[in-house]
Amino acid sequence: MSNSSPATSEVTSPDYLHGQKGLWSWLSTLDHKRIGIMYLFTTLGFFLVGGFFAILIRLEHLTPGKTIMEANLYNTVFTLHGAIMVFMFIIPNVPASFGNFLLPIMIGAKDVAFPRLNLISYYVLWAGAALAICSIVIGGVDTGWTFYTPYSIRTGSAVTLMALGVFVMGFSSIFTGLNFIATVHKMRAPGMTFHKMPLFVWSTYATAIIQVVATPVIGITVALLVMERVFHIGFFDPKLGGDPVLFQHFFWFYSHPAVYIMIVPGFGIISELITAFSKKTIFGYKPVAYSSLAIAFASFIVWGHHMFVSGQSYLASMLFSVATIIIGVPTAIKIINWTVTMYKGHVSWDTPMLYAMSFIFMFSIGGLTGLFLIALSVDVHLHDTYFVVAHFHYVMMGGTVMAMLGGLHYWWPKMFGRMYPEKLARVGAFLVFMGFNTTFLPQFVLGYLGMPRRYYNYEPRYQPLHQLSTLGSWILASGLLLTFGYLLVSLWRGKKAPANPWGARGLEWTIPSPPPVENFTKEPIIFDAYPYGEEYDHKYPNLFPASGGAHV
Amino acid sequence: MLLWTALTFPLPQASTMAAKTDTLYNFIYWFSVLSLIPTVAAMLWFAWKYRAGKNTNPIPVIEGHPVFEWTVSLVLSVFFVAIFIWGLIGFNEIHDTPRDAYEISVIGQQWMWTFQYANGLTTTNTLYVPKGRPIKLIMTSKDVIHDFFVPNFRLKQDVVPGMYTSLWFEAPQAGDNQIFCAQYCGTAHSNMIGDVVVMEPGDFDKWLNGIDPAKMKPLELGKHLFTQRNCVACHSVSAGTAITGTVSTTSGTVGPSLKGLFGKEVTLADGTTVNADENYIRNSIVNPASQIVKGFNPIMPTYKGLLTEEELNYLVAYIKSLKE
Amino acid sequence: MSEDHNHEAVIPGTHHVVPHHFASAFAEFDASKFGMWLFLVTEILLFGGLFCAYSIFRGLYPETFHEAHLELNKTLGALNTVVLLFSSLTMALAVNFAQRNDRKKSALMLVITLLCALTFLCVKYVEYSHKFHEGLLTAGFYKFEGIKAQNPGLFFSLYFMMTGLHGIHVLIGMTIITWVLIRTRKGDFNSKYFTPVELTGLYWHLVDLIWIFLFPLLYLIG
Repeated sequence: MSNSSPATSEVTSPDYLHGQKGLWSWLSTLDHKRIGIMYLFTTLGFFLVGGFFAILIRLEHLTPGKTIMEANLYNTVFTLHGAIMVFMFIIPNVPASFGNFLLPIMIGAKDVAFPRLNLISYYVLWAGAALAICSIVIGGVDTGWTFYTPYSIRTGSAVTLMALGVFVMGFSSIFTGLNFIATVHKMRAPGMTFHKMPLFVWSTYATAIIQVVATPVIGITVALLVMERVFHIGFFDPKLGGDPVLFQHFFWFYSHPAVYIMIVPGFGIISELITAFSKKTIFGYKPVAYSSLAIAFASFIVWGHHMFVSGQSYLASMLFSVATIIIGVPTAIKIINWTVTMYKGHVSWDTPMLYAMSFIFMFSIGGLTGLFLIALSVDVHLHDTYFVVAHFHYVMMGGTVMAMLGGLHYWWPKMFGRMYPEKLARVGAFLVFMGFNTTFLPQFVLGYLGMPRRYYNYEPRYQPLHQLSTLGSWILASGLLLTFGYLLVSLWRGKKAPANPWGARGLEWTIPSPPPVENFTKEPIIFDAYPYGEEYDHKYPNLFPASGGAHV
Repeated sequence: MLLWTALTFPLPQASTMAAKTDTLYNFIYWFSVLSLIPTVAAMLWFAWKYRAGKNTNPIPVIEGHPVFEWTVSLVLSVFFVAIFIWGLIGFNEIHDTPRDAYEISVIGQQWMWTFQYANGLTTTNTLYVPKGRPIKLIMTSKDVIHDFFVPNFRLKQDVVPGMYTSLWFEAPQAGDNQIFCAQYCGTAHSNMIGDVVVMEPGDFDKWLNGIDPAKMKPLELGKHLFTQRNCVACHSVSAGTAITGTVSTTSGTVGPSLKGLFGKEVTLADGTTVNADENYIRNSIVNPASQIVKGFNPIMPTYKGLLTEEELNYLVAYIKSLKE
Repeated sequence: MSEDHNHEAVIPGTHHVVPHHFASAFAEFDASKFGMWLFLVTEILLFGGLFCAYSIFRGLYPETFHEAHLELNKTLGALNTVVLLFSSLTMALAVNFAQRNDRKKSALMLVITLLCALTFLCVKYVEYSHKFHEGLLTAGFYKFEGIKAQNPGLFFSLYFMMTGLHGIHVLIGMTIITWVLIRTRKGDFNSKYFTPVELTGLYWHLVDLIWIFLFPLLYLIG
């Protein structure tokens, strides 16, 4: 059973993990925390599968030509790596796991607005995943995760099944986003104004807007692709009078905002980590909060920057390039504000903070390398080379995954009532950091030197950099496996966690670890966001349980 | 730092555009380095100087500093806009084809490039151009989207079925420059490799006008075609039954040797045997997928529509002449 | 709200329990309506893609669109428009009667709405049969000889995609309306709780609205 929070005299509510027992109680749960945990394990499971394919890709690249597989299999493996990572891991993971678990608690609510829709969204993800798995089982897809036409129309691989899988999984994302927008608007506790909400809530909210507005477009896009393959509608097929570049416009109209679905929740996590582990209020709350919204809205007008050499008009390329510049500024503001937040704080080097600092380093590289790609003439050289591959891995993995790992460690005690082993965790974080940079930094060089992406074979002069990258992938994999390993073991053998192991100041730290089913056994007291510092010590003297000490 | 070594790795600047693109690349690189280092240094410095064990000062509440934020935003915007404008200028030049450019047609298909010159001359995978003269490529695809990419030129352009796209360049120096396909197009995407051979103008003219069918025997014309159309990339005419390497690619695409082929009994992938007569040779060129030799992959592209009947005859004559 | 001994809040006159995470019955109603509007936004974006494709191909092949649209039956299209508009009226009345506790009239309105929807689908069936018979099919299967402009199959691909997706939504709407009808007759709704009827009404109005755009774009514009 959980420790009782010092704020309550007696605990009569069971915690959400142990309250109702049995498999069926989980499968039919309406509790946002249980749904969040189910999403967490499911999406991390898909992450491991996608990661396995990545290891295969890097193994194949140890030598030019055939190393462990033939060209067709390689083309399938890189496609599945992308499709699984994008649709089955990174888009649902932070919103539906962390968002589900934390959002209601952070706004003082008992649950999301539509708990049944929440559970349905989880099963819809599985339904789409089942279709995707069917596609993989009968041979997979070999089009690249972007499904460009007309190749995706002509190829005999299981595109139709995978496209249907993506269509169904899109609904999971839509339902989650819809639920979160309604929750933020309608379920905040009395006194919880928008400007008292933690930044993780702001970022989840901004992400939800993108999920609701953008996802239907990928829905219609893959539906049309299926119609193209089955009923030969001809929209994207030049043989029937259609335009293959139109597919790219449709596809990227969703897929660009989608990358903000991927990163913006990560931004939210970083805000939480930096403040908690600097014991200091965020520098520039409003700029950070509104920049998430600005990025969300601006994300809809830049999709053509994926298409500078596609044959789209010169005018279009120019407009998309200038629009993309706009997104750079709010993003940079966040990085600067996080860094300044640490100034004169009490900075601890616990694992969540190590990941947050890794994020600042690696996401900055990812963002800055985006500048190369937005410069039109430079993009002509770098488009579709390993430079792009390195850029997006730096922002998606060096960004989102680092933030996710940081958040996972930070909220692990809250979710499971157990501490993870800090020393091992630092080893894991170090391996992940070294492994990731060793894998992907050489790829910028490969790209500049002309190595195209999605290449099975390559010219011998690229081999040394490929081998270095593959070595990195093994270090990265070992770090990740170590991390997931000790996290799993800690579920049984970890030290019992107090309500507030970090001495952090947020609503989730005022309730027990793990929380009771209804989150708050009495009306939560609403306070300013990130009330760290002398002034707040006086304002809220007894609000937060004394830190149990993370390493006692 | 590896990005730095990228700049010291010589990637030849083989077009008039290359150095300009590289200059902007370098500017963005240094801007990035000079932004990243202070940010990360500040982060690490704060993390160290204010570490929880050592720093016992009371924690201030610093909610923001609008002037600081606006200043930073403005400075960054200036740089970003500068990068945009500079990139646009380069892009303008990439798209502003000189009016007197020498036009060559390009057809991309799975998995080879065909280049057609104004005088009817056609080559496969090797693009011969004169140096010091603007060249305009007018490109389309026969099947799926490809991309014509020459790293040494810093140029690429998607090649799309159902429409024409174009790309121009001027190469100031003679030399070889690799062509990669840079839009995923299926099984042998990574083997769709070619070469831009930049020649002295005199040599180019000689090459362009050098082949006069009226003056050469079918056998000689066939031999010339065999090289020009790059059959030699996959089919040996001197080795035994297997090939160990090809002109510009390493392992990967391998086809049966043609030495001593004519008249032999060939075992096909479906187990049947067939005699390698004139019909077999001709069929293997225009419909290669229908008769795959046992032990080889079905990756030879078809040359149907790309060779005239006369050219097919020349090739058959040449292959017949390859005695063991 | 009355509370039974399990601390559940039941709306009087119905079996509906206000879920515990809502502060009040009104909070539930308010959030549900908000959620439904958000869902309608996603539907608009879903169809939006098709409207985009329509504009693009119309811009590329104006003569084709002009010639091809003449093969559509304006009369049947207009009939369907009237039927659907009328069904929106009856649906709105169904909501209104539910609000006013008039179970019988609400159910009657729902039945009429269903009949209108059924009529709509039958007319569509007649139209589709005609197209199949004439070979006016999607681009890859197109066989009709009577149109001289290029790529007429693209127009019919659009026609089938747009009316087809819309027709699927009509079917889904019919299913939902049937479910609401059954619950109405069971007495699940009254003036204090009629949320499902209201939300169904919103959905149905959107289905109607989309048709209001489809009809002129496909059938009328020359």
